Amino acid sequence: MNLVGKPIPRKEGRKKVTGQALYVDDLSFPGMLHGVTVRSSVPRGRIKNISFDQPPATAGGSDRNIPWNEFTIVTAKDIRDLKLGENYVALILNDQPYLADEVVNHPEEAIVLLAHPDKYLLEEARRHVSIEYEELPAIFSLHDSLAQKEIIWGDDNVFKKFLVDKGNVDDVWAKADFIVEGEYETGAQEQLYIENNGAIALANPNDGVTVWGSMQCPYYVHKALIKLFGLPEEKIRVIQTETGGGFGGKEEYPSMIAGHAALLAWKSGLPVKMIYDRAEDMVATTKRHPSRTLHKTAVNKDGKLLAMEIDFVIDGGAYCTLSPVVLSRGTIHAAGPYFCPDVRIKSTAVATNLPPHGAFRGFGAPQSIFALERHLDKVAKTVGLTPEEFRRRNFIHEGETTATNQTIREKVDMDGLLNRAFELSDYHAKRERFARENGSDRPSRIRKGIGFASFMHGAGFTGSGEVYLQSVVGAEATPEGLIRILAASTEIGQGTNTIFAQIAADALGLGYDLFEVAQPDTAQVPNSGPTVASRTCMIVGKLVESAVVGLKQTLLGSGLLKDQYTQAEFQRACGDYIEKFGRLQSFSKYQPPPNILWDDEKYQGDAYGAFAWAVYVAEVSVDLLTYEAHVDDFVAVQEVGRVINPVLAAGQIEGGIAQAIGMTLYENVVWENGRMKNGQMTNYIMPTAADIPPIRVYFEENPYAYGPDGAKGIGELPMDGPAPAILNAIENATGESFNQIPLMPEKMMEDLVGQG
Amino acid sequence: MDTQDIYTKSTVRCTVNGESKALHVYPMERLLDVLREQLRLTGTKEGCGEGECGACSVMIDGQIVNSCLVPVAQVEGASIQTIEGIATEDQLHAVQQAFIECGGAQCGICTPGMVLAAVDLLAKNSHPSESEIRNGLAGNLCRCTGYMKIFESVVRACEK
Ligand code: FES
Ligand code: FES
Repeated sequence: MNLVGKPIPRKEGRKKVTGQALYVDDLSFPGMLHGVTVRSSVPRGRIKNISFDQPPATAGGSDRNIPWNEFTIVTAKDIRDLKLGENYVALILNDQPYLADEVVNHPEEAIVLLAHPDKYLLEEARRHVSIEYEELPAIFSLHDSLAQKEIIWGDDNVFKKFLVDKGNVDDVWAKADFIVEGEYETGAQEQLYIENNGAIALANPNDGVTVWGSMQCPYYVHKALIKLFGLPEEKIRVIQTETGGGFGGKEEYPSMIAGHAALLAWKSGLPVKMIYDRAEDMVATTKRHPSRTLHKTAVNKDGKLLAMEIDFVIDGGAYCTLSPVVLSRGTIHAAGPYFCPDVRIKSTAVATNLPPHGAFRGFGAPQSIFALERHLDKVAKTVGLTPEEFRRRNFIHEGETTATNQTIREKVDMDGLLNRAFELSDYHAKRERFARENGSDRPSRIRKGIGFASFMHGAGFTGSGEVYLQSVVGAEATPEGLIRILAASTEIGQGTNTIFAQIAADALGLGYDLFEVAQPDTAQVPNSGPTVASRTCMIVGKLVESAVVGLKQTLLGSGLLKDQYTQAEFQRACGDYIEKFGRLQSFSKYQPPPNILWDDEKYQGDAYGAFAWAVYVAEVSVDLLTYEAHVDDFVAVQEVGRVINPVLAAGQIEGGIAQAIGMTLYENVVWENGRMKNGQMTNYIMPTAADIPPIRVYFEENPYAYGPDGAKGIGELPMDGPAPAILNAIENATGESFNQIPLMPEKMMEDLVGQG
Repeated sequence: MDTQDIYTKSTVRCTVNGESKALHVYPMERLLDVLREQLRLTGTKEGCGEGECGACSVMIDGQIVNSCLVPVAQVEGASIQTIEGIATEDQLHAVQQAFIECGGAQCGICTPGMVLAAVDLLAKNSHPSESEIRNGLAGNLCRCTGYMKIFESVVRACEK
């Protein structure tokens, strides 16, 4: 049939375009209460008192009294009094409470939960819970945290450190013709999925806890609720509803909101719906980790990289959450797709009194790659080479080793990607023309520039992650011969349902419509691992393939199906099998590809089973009157293995690039005492249809032997390249080197005026 | 109706997707909430609640508006169309069909609003240029697609 490689329309497309798809806020249960959260107003302090007040009597007397006795109220104390489990969100270090108990460590930390049937009254009630604090000193930047201006977490404010040491950089500095140093910073970014976080819970001692919610990882929520309620795993059921975007923002946070809704449901005995509004979602939930990177690079006069020393720091916010994993990916990507004999990368995730930063598409790599790809333009300039020539002399090739000493065993052709990207963007001609125009006697107020970045992104979990996960996927046939794929991998817009069905249909040579992907529900589907790390297609897709092949083998083994079959024969065989033997199911478990060796202690070895490789070119114009930069054209060339569905794949790349353009030029989180000050779409600006340039996406296909039909990961890659490509282009346009994102007009003015 | 007393429910009459309705509501309730909660027309979404994202777009008397900014009292006598009223029983609107074919919907949360915005655009201008499409859809935010496939969908719908 050959569905793989074809632009098969999205499985749930019809439901989505007609408004029939049901997201969590679209569900409703009889007797349902609404739930809200009362949050800390100080960044750090001791909770002295909580009181439930009445509105002051006003002249007109129209303000309603708040009937507090009608409200379900939950605080940290209830978790003890109700003899539930532990008051922490189970993840890596278990340091983050569900509800602050005695102390708060960041603004907008949850302290009190309220539920009531009337959401208007509930909103009023929320405003009349008063919390008194004894404030404690707080710190708000990674610089202050590193300097230990105040110790706010553990002994030293450090969540995690890594050291990658290849060769010995210290021996190299003396031999270098050039040593180039640089410092680079990136800011926080809000995921800004258009559907806010939300959950509905039913919970009581008899039936246990059931939660419906918008989420990426049902089994993360499952694990967290087991701990919170101290219940056995079969008493916790987590169901993913249609999810309106995630981008990492619904990786770990849903465990929090699901737990809150479930606590209120447990105490009230009624279903409780908790849906954040935009302001709450923006100020209280996770964002991309701000970062700072220092580079020191040794090069010889031929433009060969001799040594790279990189110091990468991310701000994790007040609790650890996923910071160690984000740091890990950022660290491994910090030296890019280049061969360098001696590399040392030191990295640190530190605590501040900001709300915890968390997963966001790219997971630390966009931060460290931004630094590297800006820095290499500087190195090239110092050596006297063009940015492209310098990179060409250092691109990694098959058989060479990465910073972690991973030998690249696949065919990688960064040169080819660069050539194609330059051709498609008309790079050389434009570079020449812009230089002429910008350098003319009477240059226009609009300066044009073009720049690029070359980079890679590892697919799947880092190092031994996939082995620990032991992901499982199932397939089950109905008597009519329809096949349901059972996986906890979630459709969050990226096309899971569709590509799984394509892979499965091709594996059996059957029609696409025979396959359906079950709704992720921990009571129904096995744990295929979280929907993160660009792993769904490459890792889980491969398991889908082997699970459905398992069905076929069972049928062949039973003698009910012959080697050569038609669709009708296959369907009939399913029916016959089920009649004779009962269920027809098959499960498949992750097996690592051969020769993948990773040393977690030394951070050496095969960090990822496969990488996606890319070169992105950005063309910009900078208005020297308003200091606004605009991206005018964008060319993205990448090698991602085999493309399963070209429309969905291009859609992923385009969406990621748009989000990265936002991160670079538009999206500025303004902090005030640790609280996001601009937590609204009115003043935190994401790109609109009018802001985005034509994004031209091209794939080179080099099938990966261990991916389903040769596919690798794709979802995060597009987040990595745009920021450095755009800032490289802005340097080309203005002559000024900016090393910080977001690059807002104010900042550009400051630097350009300062320079003039 | 008497809009003075915001704490008393009263009746607002309007048509929604061609059916006449008598809504028993507080006058200041948002049209968005009345559609979603009272009429269970949950295809209209809330993305921001402040008129920025367009996820809550509906048509009122042929004009596209953000229903999160409309107090229900204002729709007395009006004719409202939501995403549920765009396709006929057995036929998707050309815009909806194009969104499916071209990948204009990813997570789908912006899609109802985006489809309405595109239908509205094409009703006013059957063959918009690229910049007319961009500007016509600039009031509807999408975080997934980067808009490219949405533009393609609109172009495809024009061809139908
Ligand atoms: S919800 Fe109405 S414009 Fe965003
Ligand atoms: S498709 Fe997800 S926001 Fe547009």
